[in-house]
Amino acid sequence: MSRGSFTSVARAVGWRNIHNWVSNPALFVPSLLFPLFFFMAFAGGLSRVDSVPGFDYDAGYTTFVYGFVLLQTSAFGGVFTSFGIARDFESGFSRRLLLSAENRGGIIGGYWLAGLTRALMSITVITAIALLTGLHIDGGVVDLAGLYVLVLVVNAFAMLAGTGVAMRLRTMQAGPAIQVPFFLLLFMAPVWVPYDLLTGWVDTAAAFNPFTLVLEANRGFLAGDPTKVLPAFLVVLALVSVSLLWARGGLKSAERAA
Amino acid sequence: MSRSSLALQVGVLARRSVVRTLRQPAMVIPAVLFPLILLSINSGGLDSATRIPGFPTDSYFQFALALAFVQGALFSSNSAGTNVASDIESGFLNRLALTPLRRLALMLGMLGGILALGLIQAMTFLGVGWVFGAEFEAGIPGALTIVALSLLISLGFGCIGAFVALRAGNGEAVQGAFPLLFAALFLSSMSLPRNLIENDWFQTVATWNPVSYMLEGIRSLMIEGWDPEALALGFACAGGIALLSLLAASSALRTRMVRT
Repeated sequence: MSRGSFTSVARAVGWRNIHNWVSNPALFVPSLLFPLFFFMAFAGGLSRVDSVPGFDYDAGYTTFVYGFVLLQTSAFGGVFTSFGIARDFESGFSRRLLLSAENRGGIIGGYWLAGLTRALMSITVITAIALLTGLHIDGGVVDLAGLYVLVLVVNAFAMLAGTGVAMRLRTMQAGPAIQVPFFLLLFMAPVWVPYDLLTGWVDTAAAFNPFTLVLEANRGFLAGDPTKVLPAFLVVLALVSVSLLWARGGLKSAERAA
Repeated sequence: MSRSSLALQVGVLARRSVVRTLRQPAMVIPAVLFPLILLSINSGGLDSATRIPGFPTDSYFQFALALAFVQGALFSSNSAGTNVASDIESGFLNRLALTPLRRLALMLGMLGGILALGLIQAMTFLGVGWVFGAEFEAGIPGALTIVALSLLISLGFGCIGAFVALRAGNGEAVQGAFPLLFAALFLSSMSLPRNLIENDWFQTVATWNPVSYMLEGIRSLMIEGWDPEALALGFACAGGIALLSLLAASSALRTRMVRT
């Protein structure tokens, strides 16, 4: 199978999904509004938390929260793209797509392009609003490049993991099975305070949560003090590798069912 | 139509509404489980906030418990709206419109499921609070008052869900309205007391947001004991929203029945 067929299938599937997302306000508006609500609620409502003894993050609470919202926006960009896959199966579109696509791997490639575009657009909006409302970035160009590459790799992981579930279950009822694990991973990390200030079982869960490393790396990039960069990238790349195999298995399962 | 006939109609429809809600684990379990998961995460993640000078209690779990009641009530909106939308989409409402059923009976009957779910949620959250060491400063009468306020909040949000479903006639619109209600929760005093919110704009929004007073009404019974002002504001906001949304839902039902 040629590389060209992979690219053409990926471009077609990606374009269709991006077009559906942008042209449907019921899909487009919530995906931009939700991260904004989180950002406003946490940065606005909890800013006093930075006065708690032991909270040492010089870039400020808005920046601290931005590090989380960026991760959340990126991960959910991937998660919601995989919802589109489940919807396509329910409508029968995916069945026709599987029959007509010259290279079926290109289907996953297309959904990845859609998830990436979705994340980039959401990140642009949230960053613009964060900058207007007091986001303070101490990191340089290299730090920022590291930050955005890291969260976009997380976006790929979320999309591939969600794709694996959506292609196996092939129904919109798969929504909670895709969304809930990511929701838990995100919130069982040091969302509102640094890791050292967590207590109870969340402290233990955060210690084993790969998103804890990503969050700490994000906040380090933003503060111009890169922290745990290599472990964060290694963990996320490992997750992408595993989820790629998971998504490929999902595709095979969908092919058998088609 | 006699009063006994109205009571019979309400009874039959309320029974259907309650049984239908309880028969859908996908509706009941998340509505109970999600607020508890968030409560648990918030308690561990924000416990250090109790070290902020002026924080009203030394247990964030006790502070955050009120959030579970209001968040649970938000799910009532979703479940009530989804049930009504399904009745419209399946044609059940059309068939009812051909019977001599009174609109009032239909409206009151629909509320049965909301209240049953609200009661399950309130009793579960109280039980979890008690098991994990939350103190109820206002004692058992206070706990019963919490249940009453929680049911009123569920009723208000549930009627909003029913209103949206009756106006739009489909479940997608109900799902679309859910984030807006969620935003109302997020822009309230859910995470910190209003006097400890640092940002002026957020404090202003939280002060104008009725959800803040619902949370503070429940919270006052757990943390401070009997605080007449907090309770009056809590009941007034919940009752006001319940009344307005009930009127709006009744009006939408009238329009929907006429269309039928």
